[in-house]
Amino acid sequence: MEAQEIMRPEEVMRSGHSACPGCGVAMGMRMVLRALGRPAVVVVVPSCSAVISGPFPYATLDVPMFHSAFEIAAPTAAGISRALEIQGRGDIPVLAFAGDGGTFDIGLQSLSGAADRNENFIYVCLDNEAYMNTGIQVSSATPRFAWTGTSPRGNTRRKKQIMEIMAAHRIPYAATASIGFPEDLAAKVQKAREIRGTRFIHLLSPCPTGWKTAEHLSPRVARAAVETNVFPLYEILDGIHYTLNYQSRGLPVETYLGLQGRFKHLGAEELRAIQHETDRAWEELRRRSEKQTC
Amino acid sequence: MRKFQTGNHAVAEAVRLCRTQMVAAYPITPQTPIYERLSEWEATGELGGVMMRTESEHSAMAACLAASLAGVRTFTATSSQGLALMHEMLHFASGCRAPVVMVNVNRTLAGPWAFWSDQTDSLAQRDTGWIQIYCENNQEALDSVIQAFRIAEKVLLPCMVVIEGHFISHFMEPVEVPEQGLVDRFLPPVDIPRRFDPDKPGYAVPTVTQKQFMEYRRLGQEAMEYALEVVEEVDREFVEVFGRGYGLIEAEGIDGADLVLVTTATVTSTARVALARLREKGYRIGLLKIRVFRPFPARVLRDVLDRVSRIAVIERNISLGREGIFCSELKAALINSPFPHQVQGYVAGIGGSNVDPELIERVVMDALERKEATDGPIWMAEGE
Repeated sequence: MEAQEIMRPEEVMRSGHSACPGCGVAMGMRMVLRALGRPAVVVVVPSCSAVISGPFPYATLDVPMFHSAFEIAAPTAAGISRALEIQGRGDIPVLAFAGDGGTFDIGLQSLSGAADRNENFIYVCLDNEAYMNTGIQVSSATPRFAWTGTSPRGNTRRKKQIMEIMAAHRIPYAATASIGFPEDLAAKVQKAREIRGTRFIHLLSPCPTGWKTAEHLSPRVARAAVETNVFPLYEILDGIHYTLNYQSRGLPVETYLGLQGRFKHLGAEELRAIQHETDRAWEELRRRSEKQTC
Repeated sequence: MRKFQTGNHAVAEAVRLCRTQMVAAYPITPQTPIYERLSEWEATGELGGVMMRTESEHSAMAACLAASLAGVRTFTATSSQGLALMHEMLHFASGCRAPVVMVNVNRTLAGPWAFWSDQTDSLAQRDTGWIQIYCENNQEALDSVIQAFRIAEKVLLPCMVVIEGHFISHFMEPVEVPEQGLVDRFLPPVDIPRRFDPDKPGYAVPTVTQKQFMEYRRLGQEAMEYALEVVEEVDREFVEVFGRGYGLIEAEGIDGADLVLVTTATVTSTARVALARLREKGYRIGLLKIRVFRPFPARVLRDVLDRVSRIAVIERNISLGREGIFCSELKAALINSPFPHQVQGYVAGIGGSNVDPELIERVVMDALERKEATDGPIWMAEGE
């Protein structure tokens, strides 16, 4: 891949969107679209990404876009993709943006169906770890112990392992990405663009409002998630070939959690539990990626 | 070519003849043979289009309307719970003005569970902005699908062709399957707006203001009113090409009738038998079949029923807490008529129970003897 293409300067998303200051989702959408380039067709579903896309007539994405219902980002993208294929324009990428609620929860069935059929689209899950567009309510992407409006004493469940679920479909490409690592994100979007079939990118997108962080800290918080191994950067090819993309500094989880208000009630025991689970998951991931390389 | 076949297979023939480019579907009884037959034809190359075997009806409709917005001719079929599951996306299809064509095979809705014909599933979608056409037999099912694509693509509204479970879906009848050339003459290659033109970025279904939303709905209403003309126009052209036609409604023996029996779908055929017997006995009974339910042909009905004082509506559905839905709609259409009508509703055949000619005769007798109509429905069942 050409290095200059990763750093493509041309913007697809215009300024003037209506997200909160410091919104990780807005940054993520901008980076993804810039890396993908034109032409493309974009599907958004009810979520912050739909707000960012703009109310009529203030469209902020300079590509054709369809704002459909909450639980159907995948089959909507599949319908458009099939239609373009029928019309002999199957080379135009179709991209779906959905939040963690629309992906991990209400949209999982339709995403699974589309992935099972290996429908031809790129699906980007803009994960800000709760239902942020409706306030701050717990989703199955919310980390354990995190405060939300509907988990006021801290979330009791663990974050659903969406990457493993997607990998189990044996889709050709799945990757995690972070707005804290724009080059890695751009490279993954451009790699995904060259592959046919269902491609899934799990993009961590910090939410200053819901995570209770300072507006200017979103990229730093996102980097901290990776550097503490809470959100490692990796790819899975065909559901079985794991590749770690970044060797983190392995900082203690407090480095990441301490930047956020939603974890401020945590005691030593909870921190130990998070550290333990993070270490276990990181070892598991490392083992899987090593096994693939030897 | 004349073929002895089920209504489901007649529908599949129509979908193939219409050169449908994409079919997205999910199995449900009694719709499944449509899905299977189209899959067979996809496998042999006879379909010409592609099948998307979705994991739910909700996704099937999502995919159909999205592909339709991209400018592709799409079709799906469903029944009962499947249609109910699609409900959200039906609003999207009409709101986006996507000319998707769907066949709904009428079946009861749970609970309790049952598998027989009942119009409540499709009538519960009354307010979703879909054109709805109810078919009397297998031939009308095939022909209505062909008409539906013409109508939908001209008005830019989705169109639902409704056939009754088992009575049409699974019963075999001789059906005239038209030549491909004739269908091509009637239905030109798809030419609908491409909403995802990469060269002209546009935003479909953005968030709008209250006033803008109201304007969208007003335009939808105008499209429905226009659809009334288009349905008639398309039907006239259909007659020219194929020698058969159906209209918005069908009326017989109305002039000078003491009573007009209003029917829909398969009950109409049975009513034809019953009324012929009654006429032999000297009764003057007219028959009026309502074929198009949305847009509702209110003016046409008012014109036909102009000086008819007694009307009985018999139908296979009920809106709990009110009455049969066609009856309510008809009453509403007649309310502004200067002539006083007595309209009595009868529900029969609920849950797919049989409606035989004797039952229809009893309905007619009951309506003739009635001094005034009751507000609620009168329940009728075979052999009572």
